[in-house]
Amino acid sequence: MSTLEQTEARPGGSGREAEQHPDADLTYLEAISDALRTEMRLDETVICIGEDIGAFGGAFKVTDGFIEEFGAARVIDTPLAENAIIGAAVGMATEGLKPVCEMQFADFIACGFDQLVNVAAKLHYRQGVAAPMVVRLPSGGGFSGGPFHSQNPEAWLLQAPGLKVVAPATAADAKGLLTSAIRDPNPVCFLEHKGLYRNVRGAVPEGEYAVPIGKARVARGGSELSVIAYGSSVHLALDAAEELGEDIEVIDLRSLCPLDVEAILASARKTGKVLVAHEATRSCGVGAEVSALITEHAFEHLDAPVRRLTAPDVPIPFSPPLEQAVLPQPDDMKEAIRELLAY
Amino acid sequence: MKRSDGAIASKPPEGEAHASADSNGSLNATIHDLATSWLTREDRAQLLRFMSMMRASEEKGLSLYRQGKIPGSFYDGCGQEAISVGSSFTLAPEDRMCILHRDLGAHFVRGLTPDRYLANYMGRSGGVTGGKDGNMHFGDPELGCVGMVSMLPDMALVAMGMALAFKIRDEKRVAMTYFGEGSTANGQWHEAMNMAGVQGLPVVFILENNGFAYSTPNKLEFAVDPVERAQTYGFPGVSVDGNDVEAVFEASRAAVEHAREGGGPTLIECRTLRMHGHGAHDDMSYVPDGLHAEWAERDPIELYAKRLVDDFDFDADKVGEIRSEVREYVAGCAQKALASPMPESSGALDGVFADSFEPLGDGRAPWSHWQQRNGHENGSSERTSA
Repeated sequence: MSTLEQTEARPGGSGREAEQHPDADLTYLEAISDALRTEMRLDETVICIGEDIGAFGGAFKVTDGFIEEFGAARVIDTPLAENAIIGAAVGMATEGLKPVCEMQFADFIACGFDQLVNVAAKLHYRQGVAAPMVVRLPSGGGFSGGPFHSQNPEAWLLQAPGLKVVAPATAADAKGLLTSAIRDPNPVCFLEHKGLYRNVRGAVPEGEYAVPIGKARVARGGSELSVIAYGSSVHLALDAAEELGEDIEVIDLRSLCPLDVEAILASARKTGKVLVAHEATRSCGVGAEVSALITEHAFEHLDAPVRRLTAPDVPIPFSPPLEQAVLPQPDDMKEAIRELLAY
Repeated sequence: MKRSDGAIASKPPEGEAHASADSNGSLNATIHDLATSWLTREDRAQLLRFMSMMRASEEKGLSLYRQGKIPGSFYDGCGQEAISVGSSFTLAPEDRMCILHRDLGAHFVRGLTPDRYLANYMGRSGGVTGGKDGNMHFGDPELGCVGMVSMLPDMALVAMGMALAFKIRDEKRVAMTYFGEGSTANGQWHEAMNMAGVQGLPVVFILENNGFAYSTPNKLEFAVDPVERAQTYGFPGVSVDGNDVEAVFEASRAAVEHAREGGGPTLIECRTLRMHGHGAHDDMSYVPDGLHAEWAERDPIELYAKRLVDDFDFDADKVGEIRSEVREYVAGCAQKALASPMPESSGALDGVFADSFEPLGDGRAPWSHWQQRNGHENGSSERTSA
């Protein structure tokens, strides 16, 4: 995760807002806080709710200083009860608030899963009742967090129609997508990769800044091969492309539901070789879905089978050599690209 | 974003003493004896009307189920009519509800008409969910309700969240929800009770102890009556006769006022028996004959009809007339429901995501107390469902 050279000056920001505001140089973590703080200042219906988010400022300090600025009524420390957090958010959302829930780690969404997938996700379809709420999910491994603090649960979420799922890779997108998630009238799961929190920084527009949900980004243009990735894998791909010096395109999906199918197919048709990369486990994951979409809709443009670089179907182990054997590493990315280029 | 506060009477209309939640333990006072001063003659007729409407509608639903007009299964709250009617009758228009599957009466009190209930069961376009969900999985958002899911007691957490919104905005509003005693064994019940207690939220939890969670009797569900747990969460627990509509009303009225005035949650246990099976498919072979017969003698509608004559000077013919009028009305509603078309199959893909947020509407509040506040208007009648 050495550098983040953003290939666009303002990822996703092609418009007015980006021109109006100067940029700040923020980490991915600071950009998340910035989005939350900005929306809370603009809109008194935005509420933060979670464990240890108040006086303690959150396990990762995303809400550091929030309780001092916004008060305990809007920065709500809850008991250790994830279903209560999500369920309370549904109730608040139906009453016109915009709750932003923090799962201390994405792994703990398992403990709030029933409220998320059975109550929140299905509410509008069944009842015509919107639940504008965000569930922030600090996800991902790489720091010996072990099997319960390292997971990437996006595939669980994507099987629950009614949830939007976003996974920013850059600081600017972390802010812009969180803003859009808060403003969206649906439950939005916001996957924030812990490995990016302090290792990724970049230019982030100050003030209001929204990146539309459902639009992928060409993180690097190229013509020989496409790497379609999101979250931390975008950086693996960009670094590998740089080191290999090949003409590689990197698509940052940004949003996993809805998927930007057009952007995926356009890149596949352009390069004819696609590697889908993610840190989450392999089977029935985003890579499988993207691969199937390309096979169904762009088969005649392919020069090679669509390949996947993912974690294998195992829990994330604790000890560094074991964890590194499971999570895709820079050399794995380079090797996968080389193999596919040589096909 | 604040709403105007309801003008809450702090004493009964006739100036008599009443059960109050203000002093510790007084909620358990002789509620039954003290209930009368809050209800007018018309209120009492309404309580009978809504209970009868629930019974007649569910009998019609069961009949339609047996005719094969209702897909899936059929669930009712036969014998539990006093609970949903007596409790929901206490709410103001701006209050909110998550109503469960034995609580049809609460939907009617809030303003739903029986045709939309029956159409929902039949999967018709005129049902509350337009065929998206079945049986009792509905809540009319225009009437301040969010519909239940099958997982229990999930709605206790949603109601708790509604109450949290009221607290955040400093609004004098109340959320009310229901669950059976079976739900109290689930971890989410603890999460809801605990957080409601910690935050001191304006929520009223109605616990319907109807003897069985599907087939499982109380003795296999818990070692301690769940109403006893309320105090460990930091709020009052009250136990009332769930077949006495005025007892349920009075306990609920006191709890709602307590919540509205910032006193926090109350758990009200309504003791009853589920007189039908869990669903229409269930023969209830696990219920001892004697137990069923004992409660059959205490039918809440028959008890109240008799009480109206014996204690409140209603003419027996008038009581009979109310009940037959309701049956006639429900029969007409059934015809309307049957005339409602099935939904277009193309609609199956619609509505997964919302394009915009629409706030919930307010419910009807037929209790005379609220009509007085609203200048003799019946809640927000302009929002009444068609």
